[in-house]
Amino acid sequence: MSDRNRLEWRDCLDRWRPEIRTNAAIRVGGGTVGLLAIVALVGPHVSPYEPTAQALGSRLQGPSIAHPLGTDALGRDVATRLVYGARVSLALAVAATTIRVVIGTTIGLLAATCGRFVDALLMRLVDVQLAFPGLVFALVIAGVLGPSLRNVVIALSVVGWASYARVVRGSVLAIRDRSFVQSSKLYGTPRRRLVRRHLLPHVVSPVLVLATLNLGTVVLAAAGLSYLGLGAQPPTAEWGTMIAGGRNYLRAAPWLVTAPGVAIMLTVIGVNLLGDGLRDALDPDHLDDRERRRT
Amino acid sequence: MLRALFVRLGSLSSVLVGISLLTYGFVFLTPGDPAYTILRAQRQSPPSDAEVASFRAEHGLDDPFLVQYVSWLTDALQGDLGMSYYQSESVTSLLLASLPNTLELALAATAVSLVLAVPLGVLSAVHRDTWIDRTSRIVALVGVSIPNFWLGYVLLLVCSLWLGLTPVGGTGTPGHLVLPAVTLGTGMAAIITRLVRTSMLEVLEADYVDTARSKGVRERLVIYKHALRNALIPVVTIVGLQFGYVINGAVIVETVFQRPGLGTLLVDAVFARDYPVVQGVVLVTAVGVIGTNQLVDLAYVALDPRVERGDRS
Repeated sequence: MSDRNRLEWRDCLDRWRPEIRTNAAIRVGGGTVGLLAIVALVGPHVSPYEPTAQALGSRLQGPSIAHPLGTDALGRDVATRLVYGARVSLALAVAATTIRVVIGTTIGLLAATCGRFVDALLMRLVDVQLAFPGLVFALVIAGVLGPSLRNVVIALSVVGWASYARVVRGSVLAIRDRSFVQSSKLYGTPRRRLVRRHLLPHVVSPVLVLATLNLGTVVLAAAGLSYLGLGAQPPTAEWGTMIAGGRNYLRAAPWLVTAPGVAIMLTVIGVNLLGDGLRDALDPDHLDDRERRRT
Repeated sequence: MLRALFVRLGSLSSVLVGISLLTYGFVFLTPGDPAYTILRAQRQSPPSDAEVASFRAEHGLDDPFLVQYVSWLTDALQGDLGMSYYQSESVTSLLLASLPNTLELALAATAVSLVLAVPLGVLSAVHRDTWIDRTSRIVALVGVSIPNFWLGYVLLLVCSLWLGLTPVGGTGTPGHLVLPAVTLGTGMAAIITRLVRTSMLEVLEADYVDTARSKGVRERLVIYKHALRNALIPVVTIVGLQFGYVINGAVIVETVFQRPGLGTLLVDAVFARDYPVVQGVVLVTAVGVIGTNQLVDLAYVALDPRVERGDRS
């Protein structure tokens, strides 16, 4: 059952570790995302204000020592709302991306392993999903289901799984006929075990890269839906909602729009850098090329 | 060749059926009775049972799903997408009124993106691994990471409110188009810059470029005449494939700049639960994506004959 291309879970980690350690984009992007995650987790516990506590006496105040990013139209501290918003925005993006990965990977595996008919059917479904512009599709689903954070997660999950299905199907088809898979089948390995032990390790790196690159798009889309009024509802602090709330005070209090916008941009930059770095580090062709050069 | 064409047509028609089925089926995702929800949204108060029953009968909502779908599809194929629940106009006429504004925005944004992206991508590739390349890559990264609704407000603040250079919102003059086009074009430019860079790097290593250089052709001519023309082939196709991106962006950008178009029509219809309009916009955009993808495929074959011959690696 030996095959030089056979890859198991432990091999994945061994191959990735040095690449991840030496890649600058991963370090910078990962550092940024890690910092944001810490802010989202720890920030609310150390913040001196409540995100929804109104103080009408100090509304629309500019940045000061007491309020580093100013206050909004209801006197709420913008920095505090930004920190709480990080928690909501990141959780939303991670949840939607995770569901996308699960749905897409399952459909991709089914398409690649369950015969031609299932494959054709599922791939047409993928084509149909990809024909709808993502935000339009998500906007309609979230709008029909009703404005809420849960419905935004559902909408963004439903619209984004197709690219994962394609990637997983492609990766599995590329190795399905290799000797280690065929030998394992001949030994009578049950299909589930075959998928778990031999096929899944091969799809982990492309899926991980795609998920990381996708996370930025999901952050933007989630903020966009909230900005349109379909996501988090006031008074919940969420970055898209904060921009929507600040648009009427653009001239008088530009920080209301600037601060959450910069937060979204930094998050997406960090995630995109991490994704680019992971793609360079984990792309199997990339690795093989380098290994070939070393030998 | 003929077989491939039939297979493609078969696949395309099944996708179109799937699109129409999903587009029509959206309404049935509504929690509870769609008729009740629509009437409640229209009147801002709970409707009576008689009103709900009358609405259901009037719009054929008592029929089985498949009967309703086939009836809707038959009408849609004849260009009749029904009547808006709110505006006493047909969905088709609302779409025809909105489409030109969105297409105008899409074309202007594409022009902005190409003007920004092509020179930046070429510079980045020609000066590979220098500060120019690194700066261009950072600019592209920032461009792709900026939320377009936020960029819209920043541009509004600086160009309209502070400097007074452009109108704040609306439509009608070329000035009204500048900020929405720049807002939408920036994200596209970032994607195209990366592609131009990659494509140029590939072409600059090709044998015919070495040959041109060895014949003593000036470097500028090598880059702009020999390399760029070939490097732009994948760029042309990716610009076509950006249709979905443009429609997504238009939804947000039109809202920010209060610009009438498909995006604002959709957002208003979603909030008003004006389902015939929602279905119309979704159907038109999805068919638009499929149509442009097919055109892009054809354009790719026309631009690069190696694709049809099958000798492109």
